[in-house]
Amino acid sequence: MSLLSRMLNAFRGERLIREIDEELSAHIDDAIGQGRDSSEARQAFGSPLRQREASHDARVVAWVDSLRADAVFGWRQLNKRKATSAAAILALGLAIGACTAAFRIVDALFLRPLPVANPDGLYGVSLGESLRNFTYDEFRQMRAEQGQAELIAVSGAPALDVTYGSDQDNEQAHGQFVSGWMFGSFGLHPALGRLFTEFDDLKPGAHPVAVLSYDYWTRRFARDPKVIGRTVRMGPDWRIGTSSKAFEIVGVGPEGFSGTETGVPIDIFLPTMMQAMVEAPYAGIFRIFVHLPPGAAIEPVRDRLLAALRASSADLSKAPRTLVTESAAAGASNFRTDYRRALAALDVLVALVLLIACANVANLMTAQAAARSPEMALRVSIGAGQSRLVQLVLVESAMLAVAAVALGSLFAWWSGPFVVSRINPPDNPVRLILSTDWRVIAFSLALALGVTILMGLAPALHASRSQPFGALKRGASRRLMDVLIAAQVAFCFLVLFGAGLFVSTFDRLSHQGTGISAARVLNLNVTTLKPDEPAVFWDQVAEHLRQVPGVESVGFADWPILDGNGYKTTDISINGAPPSDVTAWVENISSGWIDTLKIPLLAGRDFRPSESRGAVIVNEEFAQAFFNGENPVGKTFEATWAALKGQRMEIVGLVRNARYRYLKQDMLPVVYTNFRDGKGLMQNSGTFGVRTTATNPLSLAALLRQEVARANPEFRVSTLHTQQELIDAQTIRERLLAMLALFFAVVALLLAGIGLYGVLDYSVFQRRREIGIRMAIGAQASEIARRVACESLVWVIAGAAVGLALGLSLARFIESLLYGVKATDLSALTAPALALIATAILAVLPPVIRAIRIDPVRVLRSE
Amino acid sequence: MPKADKLQGSLDLLVLKILSRRPGLHGYAIISAIQDASGEVLRAEEGSLYPALHRMEETGWIRAKWVTKDTGRRARIYELTAAGKKQLASEESRWQAVTSAVNRILRTV
Repeated sequence: MSLLSRMLNAFRGERLIREIDEELSAHIDDAIGQGRDSSEARQAFGSPLRQREASHDARVVAWVDSLRADAVFGWRQLNKRKATSAAAILALGLAIGACTAAFRIVDALFLRPLPVANPDGLYGVSLGESLRNFTYDEFRQMRAEQGQAELIAVSGAPALDVTYGSDQDNEQAHGQFVSGWMFGSFGLHPALGRLFTEFDDLKPGAHPVAVLSYDYWTRRFARDPKVIGRTVRMGPDWRIGTSSKAFEIVGVGPEGFSGTETGVPIDIFLPTMMQAMVEAPYAGIFRIFVHLPPGAAIEPVRDRLLAALRASSADLSKAPRTLVTESAAAGASNFRTDYRRALAALDVLVALVLLIACANVANLMTAQAAARSPEMALRVSIGAGQSRLVQLVLVESAMLAVAAVALGSLFAWWSGPFVVSRINPPDNPVRLILSTDWRVIAFSLALALGVTILMGLAPALHASRSQPFGALKRGASRRLMDVLIAAQVAFCFLVLFGAGLFVSTFDRLSHQGTGISAARVLNLNVTTLKPDEPAVFWDQVAEHLRQVPGVESVGFADWPILDGNGYKTTDISINGAPPSDVTAWVENISSGWIDTLKIPLLAGRDFRPSESRGAVIVNEEFAQAFFNGENPVGKTFEATWAALKGQRMEIVGLVRNARYRYLKQDMLPVVYTNFRDGKGLMQNSGTFGVRTTATNPLSLAALLRQEVARANPEFRVSTLHTQQELIDAQTIRERLLAMLALFFAVVALLLAGIGLYGVLDYSVFQRRREIGIRMAIGAQASEIARRVACESLVWVIAGAAVGLALGLSLARFIESLLYGVKATDLSALTAPALALIATAILAVLPPVIRAIRIDPVRVLRSE
Repeated sequence: MPKADKLQGSLDLLVLKILSRRPGLHGYAIISAIQDASGEVLRAEEGSLYPALHRMEETGWIRAKWVTKDTGRRARIYELTAAGKKQLASEESRWQAVTSAVNRILRTV
């Protein structure tokens, strides 16, 4: 109470003093009124000024008062230089906003713990380098050895076809198969109904129950309590089964919990035993979590699990040698893994931009502090202590920082979700919950403090060293400013260097030859109600689609090219030779598919409508790998995969190479098998590739959907993408990195340019007298220009050299994010260097011109 | 030795006591009251009264308000708060303890 009122008194300044004075003078008046002698009364009273000071000190917290005075003064200073202050706030705000946005994403992805019991005890188990997940059998073997810990299996989080009514009302929801005991182990309680227990996860196919996430319940059902007991029908899908299955909704999960898959909030949880391939010996589809009791160590558990895994392995030489356990306190997902390094790289760029901004503002403030050195000297001479001067400058910095943080928060509030929304593969938008928790607030505060110190300390210390008699000495701050310029240039070079690498990576990828013509191609992903619909039905649908106006050609395949799916086979032997160890890839296609994608046919022919069993088309890479590049048409080999195993295959056509799974992958040897020979790989689904005559193939989307259903009611379009979307989806990370890095590079360059300009401008102003004298005694303009420019350019070059060295040594950390470019390429280094030099020249030009234009007579007279 | 020195450390107590008897005094009246009540023996240094009053006000022992006197001038008058009454009681008993201890020494030695 008293402290508060004393703090508040600090803001009543003038009025408080007036009141004290009034009371004191009333005392004297009273004394005189009582008949005392006026001078005696004044003497008895003592110095009114001293009493006033003592009273003032009693009534006001001194440091608050001095802070208030500094703030008022700082505000006036900032107000006086509106343009500079605005520029400083804008630069810092942008950098702080970028930092905060980046931190919010990092927080949501990596820091914020899952709302489960003992999140620190949650670890993800993986097979190290191999990207494979675990089969359920492996999980079972390991679970037998779990001891005190609890092992939990979860599947991926695909978007599944779900319906709550008839099969026509199809919608999509993210489903995840989880161990029945997961909720119990996580200590979660249902918001409604019940959650799974271990008894919901005993026998394959025997537990058709589902739990909705709270978020999904809110979004889809507006928290309708009657949802319990309703049926959700899912599939058909390879995960659900060859026909669609009904699940009874038994409960709704707790608020705030939407699964362990960071970036993909789960809508519907299903027991692992309902995964159609749970018992398949080769289906490595489960992610495994270890949930430790509080205080337990992970290492012994990991060793036990590895031993169990190896003991269960049939062939010890192929058994996993290591298990990697990684904290999953904040969840785990492919998205997290994919973006970890990219985000780290972005964070570094963002931090560098912030450092540049700080250095920049520090420079501005140093220049101003130097300009204010007479004022500082005056303050020292009337008794201001060093700490008081430091406080004065720091308060001003803090005001800038607070304004910048406010601006930055606004920027981050907008830009964080914007960046996340860019990470948006078709069907699988990343949804990160970017809440503002205490971590984000603490980060912002720490940032404000750090920025204040970074940009304010140097000028503050400079100010505190002011000597009353030193006010005439000048230029002491020049060295500091030059060092700050060098630092800015070094950081700027790093940012430019990184941005250049990311941009050219994206450029390489987006100009990567695919071997197909993606323009105007639409892929209709179709599920059939019955598994293994005979190919003739597929042909009928394709034939029907060919008649639709606006359709140029139609083919179909198991899955679209370049959508990330793939099927590989090994041990192919040619003419009874020993099996080759080359891996070949298989794609099941119809006649007309090659033509639709415009893959050039080099020899032989496409499949005929009435093709005999065992015909295949291969690509150049296949011919190279298995036939030494000879024309393979007419040659035969034995199939080694799936349903066709042992079948003699005859090569009827040779096509040019096309990318198969990923844009970043080299051309692979591919066997195109005939859809007529049976599906076998994808029993319930396939894709119609449709080349349209319209420039935007999506304009036919609705029509084609209908036509598929009309051609055959058992066929249903689940999703629909243009081929270009699929290709673009493969470069999302690279595009995001390139886009953001480029943005930061421009900001960095701008800041560095402004910084350099500011310092030179200040130095010309400071040295106008010296320059004037030089001119008066006959110095050439070129000589003046050289003098002015060179001093700073030396620092620019030094900074660039440091940046280059740093860049080269740090480049290996981002190598995995690059494609087709090397950090040590000459072009990777010259582009940032050229950009920097151009910026430096632009920044140096105006001050140099001003220096040349100095009129010696006027300058010398004014001094 | 100036008389004011005798007030060292007891000014708060005297002010609180005076105000508890006669609330609504202003600064000069408090000085006069101390002087009168002590039979002209004690005399507070007039100037140092005000910082003490302001300190006690900020501590919350006394509260002040401005009133307009008959002369038309404003005066700042003071009165005890609840916290001030408590403080007075504890200061009084502390004073009693100290003086009785001092008296005991004077008697016995």
